[in-house]
Amino acid sequence: MRARTKRLWGVGAVAVVLIAAVALAAVALRQHADLFYTPGLIADKGLPDQGKRVRVGGWVQTGSLTYGDAADMTFLIEDSSGETVEVSYTGIAPDLFREGEGVVATGSFDTDGNFEAESILAKHDENYEPRELKRAGQPTS
Amino acid sequence: MIEAGHFAAFLALAFSAAQTGLGLRGARDASGLFAKLALLAMAFAFLTIVWAFVRSDFSVELVAAHSHTLKPLAYKIAGTWGNHEGSMALWCLVGIGFGAAGAYLLKTGKPVFEARALGVQGVLNFASLAYLLLASSPFTRLDPAPLQGSGLNPLLQDPALAIHPPMLYLGYVGYSFVFALAAAGLIEGKIDRDWAKTARPWALAAFVPLTFGIALGSYWAYYELGWGGWWFWDPVENASLMPWLIGAALMHSMIVTEKRGSFSAWTALLAVLAFCFSMLGAFLVRSGVLTSVHAFAVDPLRGSLLLGGLLVLGGSALLLFALRAPKLQGGPEWLATSREGALMGNNLVLTVATATVLLGTLFPLIAEAVGQTISVGEPYFNMTFTPIMALALIALPIVQAWSWGKADISSLWKWAAGFAGLVGVFWLAGIGPFDIPLLAGIGLALGLWLIFGAGQEIWRRAKTVDRLPKLPLRVWGMTFAHAGLGLFVMGAVLETSGRTQTTLALEPGQSAQVAGWTMTLDDVRSIEGPNWYADRAHLFAERDGTRTELRPQKRYYPAARMPTTETAIHKTGVSDLYVALGDGRRTAGGPTRWTFEVFVNPLIDIIYLGVLLIGLGAGLSMVDKRKKKAVTS
Repeated sequence: MRARTKRLWGVGAVAVVLIAAVALAAVALRQHADLFYTPGLIADKGLPDQGKRVRVGGWVQTGSLTYGDAADMTFLIEDSSGETVEVSYTGIAPDLFREGEGVVATGSFDTDGNFEAESILAKHDENYEPRELKRAGQPTS
Repeated sequence: MIEAGHFAAFLALAFSAAQTGLGLRGARDASGLFAKLALLAMAFAFLTIVWAFVRSDFSVELVAAHSHTLKPLAYKIAGTWGNHEGSMALWCLVGIGFGAAGAYLLKTGKPVFEARALGVQGVLNFASLAYLLLASSPFTRLDPAPLQGSGLNPLLQDPALAIHPPMLYLGYVGYSFVFALAAAGLIEGKIDRDWAKTARPWALAAFVPLTFGIALGSYWAYYELGWGGWWFWDPVENASLMPWLIGAALMHSMIVTEKRGSFSAWTALLAVLAFCFSMLGAFLVRSGVLTSVHAFAVDPLRGSLLLGGLLVLGGSALLLFALRAPKLQGGPEWLATSREGALMGNNLVLTVATATVLLGTLFPLIAEAVGQTISVGEPYFNMTFTPIMALALIALPIVQAWSWGKADISSLWKWAAGFAGLVGVFWLAGIGPFDIPLLAGIGLALGLWLIFGAGQEIWRRAKTVDRLPKLPLRVWGMTFAHAGLGLFVMGAVLETSGRTQTTLALEPGQSAQVAGWTMTLDDVRSIEGPNWYADRAHLFAERDGTRTELRPQKRYYPAARMPTTETAIHKTGVSDLYVALGDGRRTAGGPTRWTFEVFVNPLIDIIYLGVLLIGLGAGLSMVDKRKKKAVTS
């Protein structure tokens, strides 16, 4: 094969690989980029699709944490807008999870507008606050 | 004492400047001298910080913020680098150390080249020292000095986490010297067999500690955090993975350049990119732009300075590359089906894989710039990174026997048939008695395929048993590394697909069934340690006649006002039974009900054994004394 033809084949092969990779990444991002909601945002814009994996962040409303009979619990997340989202979670809570503290929950909404969390991220030390919560705004009460 | 250290650091800055000026002018011995002087100065400066921690000198602001008299001595010392400023000081020390090592060890017979490498290293060291002294100084005093320190983050009082930063930095910053060698080669216009022979041990010297550093971080997260996993595709983890992937591509590309003189442009580019990714990692982790479970306390100003440094240093190097790459010589011709072709494919796959990780890590930032708040988690990476890497791994045993220039591919169909057969066996096992999910079956097949391939290749080279010990160390290194990769893949896939996670709520005396184990809660006691108090559960786990006690704890450190989870792990040899203790919930008028998260993690040790072998293999390759053979085209 002539050198030039060979180089064209080489460039072609690399281009195919690159395009395939970009396409794959684009599809993956489309499907798996999880949106972030706050209670205020949901009150404004409505619930996301039922079953779609999203994150919800805010502050655990003091007095809202209740335990079930097994290892389940429910609590309300609130933000500066005054709106709340009900979250249910089965599992052990992260170390700094407390009423009045910030939390980001990952999971999905059911048809009743309740959020079923697969995982909860709370602060992990005294100084750290997730950026998204800073923008959401802590409730003033 | 700390002021003496502060002064010494400024001396190191001056020496680095001298090293740079003299080096770029070609004065090998003079720049080498200043490199060694810079090391002496910086080592002293660093030791004064360590000394301040050891003596709990709370008049030093860094010590007051990050230490406490109650800390055990080992963790006081490790506290030096367990914070932003101290770890930047460590970064500088390692960079200067590599420069001095280069000054001592480089013997290429080309003094101008060596001087230039030292000069570029001097630039990098100067930049990091300037950042340290002007924006992140560990040397500041507090007046009046507090009586007690406020830094007692219990998460940092752990052996794995104490060694993790030095290991990682030997890796990240080690690539700075490879970057310097590449820049010197580009200035000269020569990235050839001699260059690669010189540079490859340095690239390996960075790769080995980086591998161990990542493994240590992962293992720590596994046993400490109580989440049952060993990799979370968290931005900080990704920041360490990206230079590792580029480093892996670099190592292999260098082999081609060393043996054949080909891939000059790719090797030079990868050498520059490896350190660029190290710098990018430092920026991502310290600037606060990304939400992470490992985030350090953040400061946007420091972040912008780091970003600026990355853009200037990385940008200049890439510009140098763009200008000089066309002048680089190539090696002899090669077909697509040849060792060169296979390793070019390897370069491509690893680079594309790195790009997908980069995209997933940065996408939240990009989205934020257009007003959307999103996060990218594990599903994205599983969908992109895993299949791309799988392609390379499937090809590996098939192509590793290919010769330079042109390979004999007549037996290719045998290999393809072999792999298909192996997958078929595991698929059958999946629909048969073993109940392995299809994905796990493929992973297991891939792991065994790689191990078999590694064994097959070393046997092909030795041909007889008594020739085995006579093979060069680098062949053994390759064998261990690829076999380790196979073990890793096997462990990773089986663990991820076979892991079970169950939440239990037990009152004392109650039992529950989890994955074949009967878990019984005996009781939960309050205990105390030197600087903490805890609830400790006494759980009995029984299965098939084996009975073991697990004692997970939930600890509280009053000085740090922080709770931590102390997991209880029982190793059965095949899997880990892993228990984390949650809260106790008082039932109305009755006993307390305690929650537990119970994981069964199959083959988790195989994952770490595999990574250990990869590091060991790279280490063997590094100490091999290479003889240069003529190129046969």
